[in-house]
Amino acid sequence: MMLLIPCPWCGPRDEAEFHYGGQAHVAYPENPAALSDEEWARYLFFRDNPKGAFAERWSHSAGCRRWFNALRDTATNEIHAVYRVGEPRPVTS
Amino acid sequence: MRRESGGRVDRSRTLRFRFDGQDYTGHPGDTLASALLAGGVRQVATSVKLGRPRGIFSAGSEEPNAVVQIEEPFPEPMLPATTVELYDGLVASSLPGQGRLATGPDPARYDAVHAHCDVLVVGAGPAGLAAARAAASTGARVILADEQPEPGGGLLGAWPADVVEGLLGAEWATATAAHLKALPEVRVLARTTVFGYYDDNYLVAVERRTNHLGAAAPAHVARERIWRIRARHVVLATGTHERPIAFAGNDLPGVMLAGSARTYLNRYGVLPGRRAVVFTADDSAYAAAFDLADAGVRVAAILDVRPSPGEALAREVAKRGIVLLAGHVVTAAQGDGQVASVQAGRHRPEADPAVAEHAFDADLLLVSGGWNPVVHLFSQSGGRLRFDETLGTLVPGDSRQAVEVAGAARGVDTLSGCLADGAAAGERALGGQAAAAAPPPVDVPTAGGQAFWLVPASDYAAHFVDMQRDVTVADLHRATGAGLRSVEHIKRYTTAGTAHDQGKTSGLLTTAAVAHALGERMGELGITTFRAPYLPVSFAALAGRDRGPLHDPVRVTALHDWHVANGALFENVGHWKRPWYYQRVLADGRLEDMETAVLRECRAAREGVAMMDASTLGKIDVIGPDAGEFLDRLYTNLMSSLAVGSIRYGVMCRPDGMVFDDGTVIRLAEDHFLLTTTTGNAAAVLDWMEEWLQTEWPSLRVYCTSVTEQWATVALVGPRSREVLAGLAPGLAVSTADFPFMTWREAEVAGIPARVCRISFSGELAFEINVTSWEVSRLWTAIMDSGMVTPYGTETMHVLRAEKGYPIVGQDTDGTVTPQDLGMSWVVSKKKADFIGKRSFSRADTVRAGRKQLVGLLPEDPDFLLPEGTQLVSTDVPATVGTVRGGAPPRTVPTLGHVTSSYRSAALGRTFALALVSGGQSRLGERLYAPVGDALVPVTVTSHVLYDPEGTRRDG
Amino acid sequence: MAECRSPAAAFADRFDAASKGGALRLAELPFLTQVDIRVDPASPAAKDIGAALGMPLPVAPGTTVISGDVTVAWLGPDEWLVIGPEGYRFDLLRKALGERHGSVVDVSAQRTTLLVAGPRARDLLAHGCALDLHPTVFGLGRCAQTMLARAQVVLLPRQDGLLVLVRSSFAAYLAEWLLDAATEYLAPRL
Repeated sequence: MMLLIPCPWCGPRDEAEFHYGGQAHVAYPENPAALSDEEWARYLFFRDNPKGAFAERWSHSAGCRRWFNALRDTATNEIHAVYRVGEPRPVTS
Repeated sequence: MRRESGGRVDRSRTLRFRFDGQDYTGHPGDTLASALLAGGVRQVATSVKLGRPRGIFSAGSEEPNAVVQIEEPFPEPMLPATTVELYDGLVASSLPGQGRLATGPDPARYDAVHAHCDVLVVGAGPAGLAAARAAASTGARVILADEQPEPGGGLLGAWPADVVEGLLGAEWATATAAHLKALPEVRVLARTTVFGYYDDNYLVAVERRTNHLGAAAPAHVARERIWRIRARHVVLATGTHERPIAFAGNDLPGVMLAGSARTYLNRYGVLPGRRAVVFTADDSAYAAAFDLADAGVRVAAILDVRPSPGEALAREVAKRGIVLLAGHVVTAAQGDGQVASVQAGRHRPEADPAVAEHAFDADLLLVSGGWNPVVHLFSQSGGRLRFDETLGTLVPGDSRQAVEVAGAARGVDTLSGCLADGAAAGERALGGQAAAAAPPPVDVPTAGGQAFWLVPASDYAAHFVDMQRDVTVADLHRATGAGLRSVEHIKRYTTAGTAHDQGKTSGLLTTAAVAHALGERMGELGITTFRAPYLPVSFAALAGRDRGPLHDPVRVTALHDWHVANGALFENVGHWKRPWYYQRVLADGRLEDMETAVLRECRAAREGVAMMDASTLGKIDVIGPDAGEFLDRLYTNLMSSLAVGSIRYGVMCRPDGMVFDDGTVIRLAEDHFLLTTTTGNAAAVLDWMEEWLQTEWPSLRVYCTSVTEQWATVALVGPRSREVLAGLAPGLAVSTADFPFMTWREAEVAGIPARVCRISFSGELAFEINVTSWEVSRLWTAIMDSGMVTPYGTETMHVLRAEKGYPIVGQDTDGTVTPQDLGMSWVVSKKKADFIGKRSFSRADTVRAGRKQLVGLLPEDPDFLLPEGTQLVSTDVPATVGTVRGGAPPRTVPTLGHVTSSYRSAALGRTFALALVSGGQSRLGERLYAPVGDALVPVTVTSHVLYDPEGTRRDG
Repeated sequence: MAECRSPAAAFADRFDAASKGGALRLAELPFLTQVDIRVDPASPAAKDIGAALGMPLPVAPGTTVISGDVTVAWLGPDEWLVIGPEGYRFDLLRKALGERHGSVVDVSAQRTTLLVAGPRARDLLAHGCALDLHPTVFGLGRCAQTMLARAQVVLLPRQDGLLVLVRSSFAAYLAEWLLDAATEYLAPRL
């Protein structure tokens, strides 16, 4: 561990400056009231847990306080890409 | 014994030390091990399980045997004598396997430092020095770390007579290190062991800075320093460890790695014995034999397991009159407490093992099974290891990190080869090339070694593999006999490799013995995982300066010094120190106890006027045209309808509907709000707001800014608070009509610009006065000067709010509690289409009957204080009136809930508690039981609002 | 501000004592005006605020713009910290923003400013700061929000050292930490 995480704004910083935010691209539902209990529970409680590339959210909490997304390999900890909120998930080989 | 000359010790100075009660001397440049050998000490430890005598086996950090206890100047358990630099006044003793921790506190300083470099070179042997010099020649930032006190690595022991660039090896090393040190961007760290290699080229090292000074170490200098190094590129020039061979009696004192004996001679000027036998599978031991013979050691024989060492070596052997027995092995080392004789015989297969055909008197048995590259750090980096059949050992493969291995650590075994390989690695490091691009070793290994690990025998009970753990080949056979195949399992079954040398000499030997037993190839079995730390590191070094008051930050308010000076005891809330209660000195000189102090403070707040430092509340400035909309989405209740000038209490939930935080919202202007959060959650709430703004609702035009410490807050509480405020703020209309509950006013209080809020967390008439934290001392003093006001702390605050049934997030809630569970359905808007948590309030789980709900509890004994956390059980349990001694209910009784808050109330004249109880709001009036110790304490469930439920007191 | 008390006021004497050896200069620079600005950097409002400041809001991450005794430090893509002398008229910045969307908040008392200067200043900070503080990497014109020991800080390089802006409640902790870290630099070298 002790990753060097490249904040899209501040550049590489020690992981201790960051706050982990779980899986990326899990949007707050447009209209929660329209969802069944099961659909709502899926939003609340279900997340992917892949071995390999994982798009996840990080916040540079001890720095610029920006949230961003990272593509991290959960097996090797390599961060293949970081991208700002709103940007599409980059395609990696 | 010490020679008259030779080696790198300074014979002009004598160091005195004591070992096992005997006085000895040594010289600067010695290790404890070299000085003990010079003093003729053979046994320096006793093995942990079998109590066998153990001597000095190596000359470095791979030492498995010579583990000693340092007694003075400061007790340290279990240090290899080979790594302890000698100093004057050292007192050490031999260890029966385990050491003793110091009983007193360690007076030394320890610290840590971060460092960054373009190239980190680990190891200052020929390859490392060449790598560092090449990298530094371009002006790059280079760190060169080496665990020895002086640079040179193998040049100090193995290659003392070799000439490099016109200088003797050790002189070249000294000169090169000096050249490097003089460069502004190069840092040369001696006595520094890199012990951990983590992601993104983050390496951690320990520098032993004053250990070698003994009692003379200056107190202000950190004894050990942890270096946290972030390197663009790493060159590992970590050298090799010589391999032992397992044979009967291979743990006797006097059995020593051949290269280490050579180091004792060449580096320390010490002869580790008088009469030696050499047992080898490798050419390098011949060099050791020749050096020792030339220095006067009688080398009785060289036993080479190979059929022939080659003509050149044979000639050198003959020249010295040494007996050479090729194709021979040691069948046993024998002696009482140390090697006295060596039995040898022709090397034969296991089915028909060698028998003793020769016996040699010897006090020294030098062993070399070849050399293992030190690949520990490389493996920790995530690098793959490859088993090289020729070398019979693991060599570095590729790594995903920017690292490469140079010199002997990747199998190069000549000095010129190491120098060239190091220089090339240093140059490549700057080019940023990946390790995979490194060319193959300059020199193909020429030692002609034969992988040879253990002497076949019919009985393996004295073939030691891990000498620190007393693990023999026979033990490994028991493991494989039990069906174990994985070296990881065998390690745990036998404890081989788990001692504090972490198997540096025993790891591959274990694999070899297991492979031998199973008839498998070593490369298939592999080796147990290399983990940090490479060497044991003291907890003191790892803790560094994070001890005592610096262990964890303490946050204080601007009034902290006043609180300290006025008898406050403090409660930790997050990192904050908050006054818990103020302890008065009683008339008789005794100090008030907590119960008395809190009852006094509570009475003042309910009957007179009291004040509290509420500055730790989180404060967030929220501004923007969409601020109202944003707060509507965050809070369960409606905030956009709040009038400018007014204040509203609000609750925030997580999307799962569970209470996250609560506080007040002040509307400063149409587009401008100020929120307060709970003390512990200030940062979390701001992060929460930013998370939603940035990731979900970027179109909302809102900015949030923390002002927690910009503003200090004084809560002025009690029926007479209005009177005190009026006196200090003559310009402020304070009547209920002019200044209603849940509104705020700008005013000067005690001449200080202030925002005064009519908020109450006690049910009493109360004002919260906010001024800048620079000015709050003046405000506080001015209020105290009124002579009417009693300061109170968090305990009183808790009692007052609990009497009113106000929950504390994190005390009365635990992440499974909805606002409805707290009896606060009124704070959950029915009008808003959505807010965070709303959808969850209709989930099956949140609407089910039997959820735990906040209630009040009155113990039937009004003096009995329920411990917080006490579980509650129902009336189903048969119980007599009062306390049931020894009547703990049967195990099947369901727990209905637990006590979350419990206090003595001055206002109620009794004890009371808050609790989360299953279906609690339908149990009002019911009697429950609280098991406390052996007793079942009867309690009555009541409303959670116990004091002034009509709210008659808030306007004074 | 004579009647005000700064967060590290109690450390003045110890800072002075630690500054005598020549290796370090430690001091609190109390009561500086600090203003947190939030605004879209591409907006006319940002431009007007820049005009009121007399310098543009820096848009490159981790940079500062300095004019006279006023420093504007980048804190985020839409956030800046203005540091000016005591009494600096930040109301002019609020006026420059006007009714437009943005935020100008007085945070002068939110953090205090510690000066860590002298030849060993960067060595001292390296004991608790994981950033590369080498002058070629983190020199004048840079700024960073990061951790120093266990406190969040804003670091602003100065000619012979750095300004360390720390939350007021952490100031005493950080002052103790700095003084303790300085132990080795205050006595004769080993």
